[in-house]
Amino acid sequence: MNVRRRGTAAAALLAVAAAVVVLAFTAAAAPPPERTVNVTIHFSHFDLASLQVSAGETVRFVVTNTDPIDHEFLVGDAEMQQIHEAGTEASHGARPGEISVPAGATVETTFTFPGRLASGWEFACHLPGHYAYGMHGPITMTT
Amino acid sequence: MRRHIVRAAAVATIAAIVVFGSAISALACGGLVAPNGTISLTRTTTLAAYHDGIEHYLTSFQFSGKVDGSLGSITPLPGVPTKVIKGGDWTLQRLELEVNPPALEGFAVTDAAVPAAGAAQVLMRTQVDALNITILKGGATAVGTWAREHGFFLPPDAPAVLDFYAQRSPIFMATKFSEKRAQAQGIVGGEGIPVHVVIPTPNPWVPLRILTLGRQPQDLVQADVFLLTDRDPAMLPQAVSPSGRPDQQGTILERSGWASNGLMQDLRSDQRSNWIPDQPMWLSYLKIDERAGDLTNDLAIDASGFGHPDPIAAGFAFPAVPAPAGATAARTILWLGMGVALVALFSRRRIHALAARSR
Repeated sequence: MNVRRRGTAAAALLAVAAAVVVLAFTAAAAPPPERTVNVTIHFSHFDLASLQVSAGETVRFVVTNTDPIDHEFLVGDAEMQQIHEAGTEASHGARPGEISVPAGATVETTFTFPGRLASGWEFACHLPGHYAYGMHGPITMTT
Repeated sequence: MRRHIVRAAAVATIAAIVVFGSAISALACGGLVAPNGTISLTRTTTLAAYHDGIEHYLTSFQFSGKVDGSLGSITPLPGVPTKVIKGGDWTLQRLELEVNPPALEGFAVTDAAVPAAGAAQVLMRTQVDALNITILKGGATAVGTWAREHGFFLPPDAPAVLDFYAQRSPIFMATKFSEKRAQAQGIVGGEGIPVHVVIPTPNPWVPLRILTLGRQPQDLVQADVFLLTDRDPAMLPQAVSPSGRPDQQGTILERSGWASNGLMQDLRSDQRSNWIPDQPMWLSYLKIDERAGDLTNDLAIDASGFGHPDPIAAGFAFPAVPAPAGATAARTILWLGMGVALVALFSRRRIHALAARSR
């Protein structure tokens, strides 16, 4: 009787342990849930000074432009930002994390960050003179 | 040496702004709105003359080369102009010559009330030679939207700068060059187009911060502002005396005194200059040499003799926000109610008194 009880308890314990292990692995493998970040542009400034993301995080950016002039919201590493600063692409929207935000409009984009971020990641606007005016902020990854 | 170069430039041209690149044109007053930092301002010159409650604001727009369609200028005004006409042919040059160290630029004045959202209202459209001029009324967003929709390129600081002005005066003058008309009229490169804006206003005012539009904080803004007033005006901020150092920065009062008879006679003899009063006038000459990042104010002037220039006109304060209509109505109803209650109380006592007397 005792032996049977002990066997049942051990089996239950094993099952729980197995479940915990499976859950732990699942949790590690699954990306964090999508987060929404609201960004407002006013007087050619983002109301977001900087952004912290976690590895592999998917962020939905909802960007509202209150200005009477057009802006952009471009997420990417230093090289990508450099390309856009020198580039001539008239409008954005085809690639995740790159949107044009017309005057008075709200536009959104969803972007999944990689597992590691090199330094130099930013969100920025590269319309003429806008970056120099201060329309950019750093993106860092929580460790 | 520098003075010689500046003088030569001022005599040869008229005022305004020099644009580099393929499209070239120049503007006097107002913030330049042109694409991609391809524009550099040299000194600009403006005359703000004030007499009998009317500001006569004179500036010059220089045209040269092929004009880009998106080049224009936006100038804040202190009130609604009664007319915008061609200015005297050489009034500004004559003033430059009068004060020796020549240069260019200056501006207009203040008003109040900020129409918030909605579309900008077009108050006036006119043409002065090759210039298309539109007088607008509206808040920063409305005027900015109008400018964008009409092909003006607005630099990133435009929303904040337009708001700075719209909070005090919702009147703006948008100016654009018509290359086609310039060609038809035979206007050649480097030729200035003087514009005379007539604005009834309680006091003259010269917008200075607009000169920083599209400039980097470290850029040096250079302007010459001439004032002609009935008496010695008070100004805010107070201009400093010249130190004699060529690198002196700030708003420098280079000349302050009665205009010479010779100058007044010359100015009156210019084309379309019969508005200049036939009486002595006080000439103030201000030289603006200031970093764009430091030039965050305008020039308020009290020409009345009371000596109290308005800090709101100078941009050091903003007009109080009027109470919402609902609140005003509620307050009115409250006062009316109290009035009715008092009348009723008084009447009741009077009736009782009369009744008591009749008994």
